[in-house]
Amino acid sequence: MATVLRPRDAEELRRTVEWALNDGVPLAIEGRGSKRNYGPPSRSDHVVSLAAIEGVVEYQPEELVIAVKAGTPLREIEALLAQRRQMLAFEPPDLGAILGGAKGEGSLAGALMCNLAGPRRIAAGAARDHFLGFQGVNGRAERFKAGGRMVKNVTGYDLSKLMAGSLGTLAALDEVTVKIVPAPERVHTLLLVGLDDEAAIAALCAAMGSPHEVSGAAHLPATLAGRSGIDLVAQQGGAVTAIRVEGVAPSVEARLKALRAQFAPTAPAMEELHTMRSRQFWEEVRDATLVGDPASLLWRISCPPTEGPAVVAAIRQRRLDTEVQYDWSGGLIWLSLAPGDPATDDAAHVAVRGALMECGGHATLVRAPEAVRARVPVFQPRPPALAALSRRVKESFDPKGIFGTR
Amino acid sequence: MHMPPLDPGILARRAEIVSALRAIVPGEGVIADDVGMKPYECDALSAYRQMPLVVVLPETVEQVSRILRYCQDHGVKVVPRGAGTSLSGGSMPVGDAILLGMSKFNRILEIDLPNRCARVQPGVTNLGISAAVEDDGFYYAPDPSSQIACSIGGNVAENSGGVHCLKYGLTTNNLLGIEMVLMNGEVVRLGGKHLDSEGYDLMGVMTGSEGLLGVVTEVTVRLLRKPATARAVLLGFPTEAGAADCVASVIAAGIIPGGMEMMDRDAVQCAEAYVGAGYPLDAEALLIVELDGPPVEVDHLIERVVAIARDKGASTVRVSTSEQERLLFWAGRKAAFPAVGQISPDYMCLDGSVPRRRLTEVLARMRELSRQHRLRVVNVFHAGDGNLHPLILFDANDADELRRAEEFGADILRLCVEVGGVLTGEHGVGIEKRDLMGVQFTQIDLDQQMRLKCAFDPDHLLNPGKVFPQLRRCAELGRLVVHHGKVPFPDIPRF
Repeated sequence: MATVLRPRDAEELRRTVEWALNDGVPLAIEGRGSKRNYGPPSRSDHVVSLAAIEGVVEYQPEELVIAVKAGTPLREIEALLAQRRQMLAFEPPDLGAILGGAKGEGSLAGALMCNLAGPRRIAAGAARDHFLGFQGVNGRAERFKAGGRMVKNVTGYDLSKLMAGSLGTLAALDEVTVKIVPAPERVHTLLLVGLDDEAAIAALCAAMGSPHEVSGAAHLPATLAGRSGIDLVAQQGGAVTAIRVEGVAPSVEARLKALRAQFAPTAPAMEELHTMRSRQFWEEVRDATLVGDPASLLWRISCPPTEGPAVVAAIRQRRLDTEVQYDWSGGLIWLSLAPGDPATDDAAHVAVRGALMECGGHATLVRAPEAVRARVPVFQPRPPALAALSRRVKESFDPKGIFGTR
Repeated sequence: MHMPPLDPGILARRAEIVSALRAIVPGEGVIADDVGMKPYECDALSAYRQMPLVVVLPETVEQVSRILRYCQDHGVKVVPRGAGTSLSGGSMPVGDAILLGMSKFNRILEIDLPNRCARVQPGVTNLGISAAVEDDGFYYAPDPSSQIACSIGGNVAENSGGVHCLKYGLTTNNLLGIEMVLMNGEVVRLGGKHLDSEGYDLMGVMTGSEGLLGVVTEVTVRLLRKPATARAVLLGFPTEAGAADCVASVIAAGIIPGGMEMMDRDAVQCAEAYVGAGYPLDAEALLIVELDGPPVEVDHLIERVVAIARDKGASTVRVSTSEQERLLFWAGRKAAFPAVGQISPDYMCLDGSVPRRRLTEVLARMRELSRQHRLRVVNVFHAGDGNLHPLILFDANDADELRRAEEFGADILRLCVEVGGVLTGEHGVGIEKRDLMGVQFTQIDLDQQMRLKCAFDPDHLLNPGKVFPQLRRCAELGRLVVHHGKVPFPDIPRF
């Protein structure tokens, strides 16, 4: 069992890194540990938890930014923002449930370090698009900063982008600043019922290309829709294709009406979810809780939206025991596979990644037993020139490799 | 402007370098005579000029790769250039460096509307992308004011913004993929038509790296459906504080306008005299607030903005009733720079960002500085995101005025950092703000950024003399002294 170190402030964090650097001790950096099972298993005996470095540093609603200490729980930040009718536009997923933990345990820094974004990704950008600045400690035990607290800032390299998705392998952050946006007054969802995958993705791409400012575009095949906690979705008895519109009331009504008219000729049936049930539905989509059973292997695949059904079809040529959920108008596929023997699990990654060869994209094995994650490349392997460049970038922050690699 | 000393060894080998480039890029792609090179001697920061060693205009990715590889092998510096519209000297030539112009990469390679993206070469103009998809109802969102001329490759290098970035983001938020050539000649592709990067977000760090990390040879951009409609409101205020308060209240009310611009009294007077947009000449501050989206939404939000403005004491409220009137409201704002050019021989355009709540205070202190430096300043800015564009009026032929203008500009940028803002919101550091980087960053911060540059360009050959006040050698930056066991196990809570 790894020792967990819990520095209480930026200077303690810096001293922890300094100790590790001098003694050659590799560290695994985590926010609050909610995604400890995400990625390949850590080989480090020492975990640095940022959980004790928490609290809001600065929140000025009319500036549309919030600065917090890195370990601040995401749910506290979201609750604070909600009081002022604001939110994080990138809709960070809560992977607690699918990774075998509890819900609502993650930190903001953890969400940023994994660069995970929810359904609104297609309209509002990823976690990295809202990450404006940070302070942290590099692998030389130096405290440094980059970016700032301004929405508009091009001073120096945009290191926040580099930190987003770096999984704590470049630096241990103690403070982060993110952009926030007003929360919509209304959230409505148009459901198209009974479309097959191909027709559904075509409809979603058409919706995204409409002037109706769609902020969510997902497709749940019948099995998944049947598991929804929302009666109106579960009781349809068929696949459900969902299109979300948000904003002020008169606008939401007008856009929904226009979308209904657009899809009336092709959709066998249509339904609507209003604000409360819409929020619940998109949370299910965001957290991928409807896909597969808890024992299944779960892949998260990013591809060009129109290619989604073809990617799934290619995987199904080799493996039939899959369930899928499409988000991002077909560009994000959550795909479950029943666990098999080691040879089958290993072959799965060849099947999944092979399906992306032509159209481009990447696949992450989000959920799998530790032994599988130790054996199979969890993250998309990179071509040699890119891998070499990434290694040099890593060394520019962490020359002794104390933050590990993922 | 101090630039690194020229390397006499390189200057002596000029003929050899030119012929090596001619072997890679045949015909007119290598320009080595003074007359031919003259158009490249500066970018849009035209107060500073310098002839390059030689100009090369490659046409293929392979040529770019071979040029960079040659330069790396022979220790030759390279300044990449898009359309040369940088306002911070980002593509200003260096006397012992080749100027690598990307203007021949001017083709749109693919338009994919179902996936809402376009794949283009870096020399395509920003507006050229929107023009190509306009008939289908789409556009590319970032709109720097040079959009008719500036290239998308240059936009990537500078992370360009525009008047609509509060709602639609900067260049970095509208890119899906790039292909780039590293200094060692390797070609790497980052992203594509899919979303988000695998591994480190190198595209994110390339965007806004001001030509110091690599040369972009292809760009995949996000296309957006054009908003169904746009309307603008012209608001005049008897005080700057009233206008600033209105801006904050609009945002606090949960409204994100497509654009929200502010002009001070002098800017209003200049612009009105120049284009006659019907601006209220009695206003101390003018706001243009543009709402875009579905018509019913725009109408609804315009009403709310007008109500807020009246509540904050607006003395003039005019809502555009036609597309023609909307464009007229913007005409004055868009002509503000040339209008200022009419009343002063020269002007210097700055680009700091400040928190919105400090706006009034910053304007007052800027006037105080104006008295101190005995130079006029006119203010035009993107109020929505706190991005200021103060214009300092001076005469470049008067050496003392030029010096005072530079000092005044530096004082304004220091002020921006002091109130919690930054040196540059969208124009880039380049040579212009290079020597002020230490105001915003510590040496440790800057060293970390330079180490990142070393990962891409270990000999500091790409765009030298830009961004960093003093480039330290990679070997020196990489040095690390480890005190084995000297630091006791930290007294940190353990579990």
